[in-house]
Amino acid sequence: MKKKIKSRKVKSLIESAIVYAMDASEDFRKELIALKLENAKLRKELDESRGLEKEFPMSLEEYRRYGRQMIVEGTGGVEGQVKLRNARILVVGAGGLGCPVLPYLAGAGVGQIGIVDNDVVDTSNLHRQVLHDSTKVGMLKCESAKQVLNKLNPHVTVVTYPLRLDGSNAFEIFQGYDYVLDCTDTPLARYLISDVAVNLGMTVVSASGLGTEGQLTILNFCNVGPCYRCFYPKPPSPNAVSSCQEGGVIGPCIGLVGTMMAVETLKLILGIYTAKNFQPFLKAYSGFPDQTLRTFKMRGRQDSCECSGKNPTVTREAIESGEINYSVFCGSRDYNVCTPEERITVKNYEEKYHNDKLRGHILLDVRPHHHYGISHVPESYNLTVKELKDMEGELTKLKDEIPDIGIDSEVIVMCRYGNDSQLATRLLKDKFGISNVKDVKGGFFKYIDEINPRLPKY
Amino acid sequence: MVKVKVEFMGGLDVIFNKQRMHQVLIDGGEVTIKDLIDYIVAEMISNKNDIGVFVENGTIRPGILTLINDADWELEGGEEYVLEDGDIISFTSTLHGG
Repeated sequence: MKKKIKSRKVKSLIESAIVYAMDASEDFRKELIALKLENAKLRKELDESRGLEKEFPMSLEEYRRYGRQMIVEGTGGVEGQVKLRNARILVVGAGGLGCPVLPYLAGAGVGQIGIVDNDVVDTSNLHRQVLHDSTKVGMLKCESAKQVLNKLNPHVTVVTYPLRLDGSNAFEIFQGYDYVLDCTDTPLARYLISDVAVNLGMTVVSASGLGTEGQLTILNFCNVGPCYRCFYPKPPSPNAVSSCQEGGVIGPCIGLVGTMMAVETLKLILGIYTAKNFQPFLKAYSGFPDQTLRTFKMRGRQDSCECSGKNPTVTREAIESGEINYSVFCGSRDYNVCTPEERITVKNYEEKYHNDKLRGHILLDVRPHHHYGISHVPESYNLTVKELKDMEGELTKLKDEIPDIGIDSEVIVMCRYGNDSQLATRLLKDKFGISNVKDVKGGFFKYIDEINPRLPKY
Repeated sequence: MVKVKVEFMGGLDVIFNKQRMHQVLIDGGEVTIKDLIDYIVAEMISNKNDIGVFVENGTIRPGILTLINDADWELEGGEEYVLEDGDIISFTSTLHGG
C-alpha cells in the first residue's frame, strides 16, 4: 500500500517535471529567438562603430541575406539594395493584400515599413490572411504582422499605426514615407489615400480583389500619372459595392494580387519605372476558370480631375478640415426600412416560432443559396432579395416557390446579419401585400450566437 | 453591320447569364460604343431589373471601366468611338475588396 502511494507520488512528480520542462523549453525557444535578433542588431552596430560601414555599405550578414536578389540583373546590385534599405513604405491594410506584400517587402530589405490597420485578427480572415495565424486571433493585425516581420528580417524597422485612416490623421502618417500601398477594402479609403498622396506628391500602388478576381494599378506616378479620381470621378453606388465578407474571396487569388503589388513596389524603389517609360495601366487578374492577367492601357491625368486636375478642389486644407466628407461622397446603404413593430429578436423568434410544432408560420431565409447550403434552420425556405424583387409582387410566382404562402400568412424573414431581411420584409409587405411579416433582428448569425451555437457559422 | 466581341468582367457577367464573352452583330452604318451600350441594354440584359447594374443616367454606371481593345475608352474617343469588325469591347466592374 505504501509502495503504491509512493509510486503514485513519483509518477505525479515526473509528470509535473515534464510539464515544467515543456513550458521551460517553449520559454527558452522564445528567448533564443529574441537573443538571436538582438545579436544581429548588436553585430550591425559593432560593424558600424568599427568603421566597416565605410568599407562596405552593408553588413556582411546583409550581403549574405540579399545576395540572391542582388545578383539578379536589373536590380542594380549593391546600389539597388541600398535603395531598398533607404526606402520607407507605408502599407495601409494588413489583410488579404497586405499579408503577402508585407513579408516580401521585409524580406527584400525595405528599410522602414509602416502598417496602418486598426482591425484585429478573426478566424474568418485566416484562409487568406496567412501572415497571421490561429494563435493571433483577437490581436491587432498590425502588431501580429510586425511580430512576423521582425522575425523574418531584423534589419527592417516596422512601425505600426493601430488606427483608422481619415482626413485628419492621414497627412501626418504619409509624410514619413516614400510610397503608399493601398491594401484597403472600401471605395472611401481608396479615394482618401489617393487624394492625400496627390496632395503630398506621392506615388501609390493600389490593388483590390473580390471572389476570384483582382485589379492592380499605380496612381499619381511621380506626381504626373493619373490618380484614383481621374479613373473614377464619381463613386459607385453603395449598392454596387461588394465586400469580401459579402461576396467571398479566394485566398491565393487575392494573395497573388498582393504579391504583384510587392513586385511593383520594388520596381518603383529600384527605378525600373521612369517618367519616360511609365504608361498608366490597370492589370486585371482572373483566377477561375483559366488564370489570366490582362493589362489595360489607361487614361492619363485628367485636367478636369477635382484632385489632380487644373483646378483642384480636393486640397489638403479641404481634406484635413473635413470639408471633403468621404462618408457622404461615397454614401452608404440604407437598411433601416422596417419599423420597430416589424422586427423581432432572435429570442422572440426562438420562443414564439422556432419550437412551434404546428408551424403556423413560414420561415424565409433570404441569404444567397450557396450560403444557405452551408447551414440553415430546418424547414425554412430560401429565396434571395433579388429573386423576390424579380417576381415584381406577383403572388402566383411566389406561390410557385412557397406553395402554402398567401396574403394572410405569417412570414418570418431571416438573413445573415439582419440587413437584407429588412429589405425583403418591405418587399413582402408592400409589393406582395402580405401584411403579417416580421424581420429577425441580427439574422441567422445572431441566432447562432445567442440561441444555438451548435449551428455552423461561416 | 459590325461584328465585335463584348466581354463582361469584375463580376458583371452575373447579369449576362454568367457568360463573360459574347459575339455581337449590330446593324447600321457607323455604330458607336453608345449604340452598343443601347443594344446591350435592350437586347442582352434579360432581366430588366438588372439594367441599373450596367447603366445609370443614360451612360455606363460609375465604377465600371470601358475598354476598347484593352485600352481605356477615354483614349479612343469615349462613347463616340466607331466600332470596327473584330474589336473587343470590355466592361469591367471596379473591385474594392482587399
